[in-house]
Amino acid sequence: MSIAKRIACTVVIGAGMLAALAGLLARNSYARQFREAIDARPSLQFPLGTDELGRDRFARLLWGTRVSLILAPAAALITTLLAALIGGSAGYLGGRWERLVLAATDLFLSLPWLFLLLAVRALLPLNTSPYASVFLTFLLLGCLGWANPARIVRSATCTLASSEFILQAKASGVAGLRLFWLQLAPNLRPVLMAQFWIAIPVFILSEANLALLGLGVSEPVPSWGGMLRELENYTAVLHNPAMLAPLAMLVAVVSGLQVLLGTEETSAC
Amino acid sequence: MFLVVVRQLRRVLLTTLVAGLLGATLVRLSPGFGIDEREMDSRLNRESQSAARAEHTGERNIGAFYLRYLDNALHGDFGYSLALNRPVAEMIRERLPVTLVSLGYGAGFGMLAGIVLALATVSAQSVPLNLISSAMSGLCLSLPAAVIALFFLWTGASGRWAIALAVFPHVYRYSKNLLTEARRSAHVMAAEARGVRPARVLLAHITAPVLPQLAAVAGVAVSLAFGSCIPVEVLCDSPGIGQLAWKAALARDLPVLVTITALVAILSVAANSFADLALAPWRAAK
Amino acid sequence: MLRILCVVLSAASVMAQSDGQLRLALHTDPKTFNPLMVEDESSEIIRYLTGGVLIRRNRLTQELEGELALTWRVSEQGRRIEFQLRPGVLFSDGTPFSCPDAAYTLQQLMDPALHSPAGDSFRSTPGSIEALCSGPASLSVRFPGPVAALAGRFDQVAMLSAHSPHPESAVLGAFCVREYKPGEYVQLEHNPNYWKKDANGKQLPYLRSIRLDIQQNREIELLRFRRGELDVISKLDPEMYERLSAESKTVVDAGPSLDWEVVFFNQVSQAPLPSFKRGWFRSTGFRRAISEAINRDDLRRIAYRGRAQAASGPVSVANRFWLNAALKPQAHSVADALHRLEAEGFHRMGDVLLDREGHRVEFSMITNAGNKRHERMLTLIQQDLAQLGIRLNVLTLDFSSLVERISRTYDYESCLMAFTNIDLDPSDQMNIWLSSAANHQWNPNQKIPQTPWEARIDELMEAQAASTDPARRKAYFDEVQQIVAEQAPMIFLVHPDVLAAVSANLRNVSVAVVGPQVIWNAERLYFGPALVSHR
Repeated sequence: MSIAKRIACTVVIGAGMLAALAGLLARNSYARQFREAIDARPSLQFPLGTDELGRDRFARLLWGTRVSLILAPAAALITTLLAALIGGSAGYLGGRWERLVLAATDLFLSLPWLFLLLAVRALLPLNTSPYASVFLTFLLLGCLGWANPARIVRSATCTLASSEFILQAKASGVAGLRLFWLQLAPNLRPVLMAQFWIAIPVFILSEANLALLGLGVSEPVPSWGGMLRELENYTAVLHNPAMLAPLAMLVAVVSGLQVLLGTEETSAC
Repeated sequence: MFLVVVRQLRRVLLTTLVAGLLGATLVRLSPGFGIDEREMDSRLNRESQSAARAEHTGERNIGAFYLRYLDNALHGDFGYSLALNRPVAEMIRERLPVTLVSLGYGAGFGMLAGIVLALATVSAQSVPLNLISSAMSGLCLSLPAAVIALFFLWTGASGRWAIALAVFPHVYRYSKNLLTEARRSAHVMAAEARGVRPARVLLAHITAPVLPQLAAVAGVAVSLAFGSCIPVEVLCDSPGIGQLAWKAALARDLPVLVTITALVAILSVAANSFADLALAPWRAAK
Repeated sequence: MLRILCVVLSAASVMAQSDGQLRLALHTDPKTFNPLMVEDESSEIIRYLTGGVLIRRNRLTQELEGELALTWRVSEQGRRIEFQLRPGVLFSDGTPFSCPDAAYTLQQLMDPALHSPAGDSFRSTPGSIEALCSGPASLSVRFPGPVAALAGRFDQVAMLSAHSPHPESAVLGAFCVREYKPGEYVQLEHNPNYWKKDANGKQLPYLRSIRLDIQQNREIELLRFRRGELDVISKLDPEMYERLSAESKTVVDAGPSLDWEVVFFNQVSQAPLPSFKRGWFRSTGFRRAISEAINRDDLRRIAYRGRAQAASGPVSVANRFWLNAALKPQAHSVADALHRLEAEGFHRMGDVLLDREGHRVEFSMITNAGNKRHERMLTLIQQDLAQLGIRLNVLTLDFSSLVERISRTYDYESCLMAFTNIDLDPSDQMNIWLSSAANHQWNPNQKIPQTPWEARIDELMEAQAASTDPARRKAYFDEVQQIVAEQAPMIFLVHPDVLAAVSANLRNVSVAVVGPQVIWNAERLYFGPALVSHR
């Protein structure tokens, strides 16, 4: 493993451990408001200072890491499975089904997905807990993110379907679902794994973008995206650079994942 | 080739029509549809508030609305925005150039930066350059488009550069991978062994064979750029289609959303079709 | 020598006063340039700057002053108003203004098919008006029913031209619209035929033009103000106020505004709520306890950075005449709140509050998404109520979804909202306090008042609307405020302060609480002689 990958591995695992041990490492609850210490600078009591409601930024960062690091992979898994099913079948079956799937992906990419998120949020039951709400948001993101990966999976399946070992398998009498399951699917695994790992940072960033548009996790549950909204007040950031901690964490983890992936983008579509 | 182009055009048209209908249905069925902010104006009496609600009656039957919309659209009339109190066509005409310029800058500079840096990295074969380029692209990939937009906001620069930074890392990585693979091919080694100048090797033997694939990345660049448009235009207050889409989504403005959905469909399908057309000869050769 | 110097300086001052372009931001595109159809803030600002009115409320003194009307008289218990119009006034295109134009404007305004917000405020009774001219400068208007605070309502009615060849561009205000570029700006130029002159006989306005840039993003607005590209920011955020103040920029805190931040509970009988929750929300004791548990001082100090005042009711201290001074903001006391809840049959079990039937007291509060101040307030209230053992779930919704829930489906439990008041007179709030009205937010559109206190409020509001005696009207509305304080159908939290940032070059600025707060005297604003900006 190269030095870069080792560092990346350390960063990602480190972030994961911080998230897992949030309850132990954070002295204060993420929701507790120290109303006499609003916008406090870093100190022993508050390693990253407090936010505009007097909440411990360090505690919120640790708990927010949980939200992103647990839910983003879950959403990525949903996306990858959907992409495997839809893209794989399109590439394997070809013909009309393939054309239909390609049309469906084009269609899917055109729909106002942001609007769908607004609508889902508005449909949530009133007393939905913040965790349930963010879970549903990531679930929806996962269900919406299949289109581009499906195209890549379809492309890879097409390439594999015309390879020599498949021809040999067909010649040996293997066909249909068995051929797909025994011969194609194992060879698709690297592509699927790559798509899975690529999707994780995409969903982390999607949550951050949504939060900056006011569609993030409900209070008081923290998330990286929700904490990034503080950056809109740049004078405050200059006054207290600790406010950049969530951004630094986000960049470090996403960069680490990118390095660990080791997979470059190999397809334009 | 002619048949291929016709098929792609048909694909664009069908997708646009279906996308428009699905988009309209999504809006129509969503919570908050038909709500007028005048209902919260305590100066208005009951009759005026009822009249405000009644203005949305024509949009309730989605089938009838869409047929009427298509019929009018053929005459250049894309409906009237009740929320913004202006004809949709007028707003699109004003805002589309702003977005196209942002997309042009964003996708264009993103692609230029990505491809040029990839070429430099592949030709120089320098470890520090490779590291710096990878770090830059990694950083841009790790930052949400909205945060990049905020940084430009702070400096007073235009948000379109945020779009460029969102596009650049994807183009860079894809191009670098492509060019690196091309560099390893036998004919390149042969050319180098024969003493061909490095510049000529780079242009004629490495880049030229993968030009169709590099061209295909334009489709992806445009899609990526458009995806970054909404958060960037909203945060940077750029009066483009992205900002209009956001306002229309909040107001459940049906004619505006249907028109923008159709525009996005045309754009993304056209971009993907372009990519397919560009790659078709290469795939055929393979 | 000194005398010569004074004359020179005075001349220079006058010359400099007549130059300059004022630049400020509108936060949305104006929806209309038709002054009769103005609903949104941007259109209202343009109407204010370009429209000539018969009577204007001085934003600073809050007194009515004649503008295009020299004098006026209200009679027949508020059914009739007679004006003596100012002679020699011209529209911006040079056509004369006279009584037929005023009559025409009022006929247009009161057309029921127009659904004009300004017109609706005159429409206390169905029927048409009689607007008669007995001479070019004498106008008599008779309404079908009495109109409360009749004279003051003309502040919102900009006169139209009945005869101009270009009526849409003929205005009587200090400025006229020269250019509108959607999404970018509205350019106003001074009206060369404006009737008003200053004490020295110089024609107003002093400013050459006003440029209204369309800027939704407040951060960009702030950046541009810092760079000197904007001269005024009105409705400044408290955080921005702090930042500019720290940079020694000219910022103004004009004290509490007329606006309210309130919480209300869903008391609609057909709302899809469990019956036990409906019972909570309908209990005065429950609402009062919630009000006591909310720490208004923290809301003021934290969410508003101290730039707000705790509210005692729907009238802020800025509304000097209508304020019921006997009322005080609800004091924060968790102990008192718990006491009150116990009296209603609630009890604590550990950290959890339970009702009489053993249900855990948990409910949701909705507000509009994207409003950071509301989100902060909700989070503060969430913690306050946690001290009582109440679990508050906060949900931010986009505006359309929010309005649908509170005014159509009634599928909500409680709501945090801001109310903007543009007028001082409580008659403007009829649609909030009348139980049959659509904006009687906690339980709208009642066929008959469902509680005795709502019935009493109905009587009082109708009585104050029918009376022309200010003292009597005040007494009625004082009682309304008292009832609201006792019954707490709306829990009044704070009145945000009026905050503005003004360029150091800009002279004659006096920030008022009634909008437009900074540019209400735009015709008298000018840039200081030493630093005239040439744009």
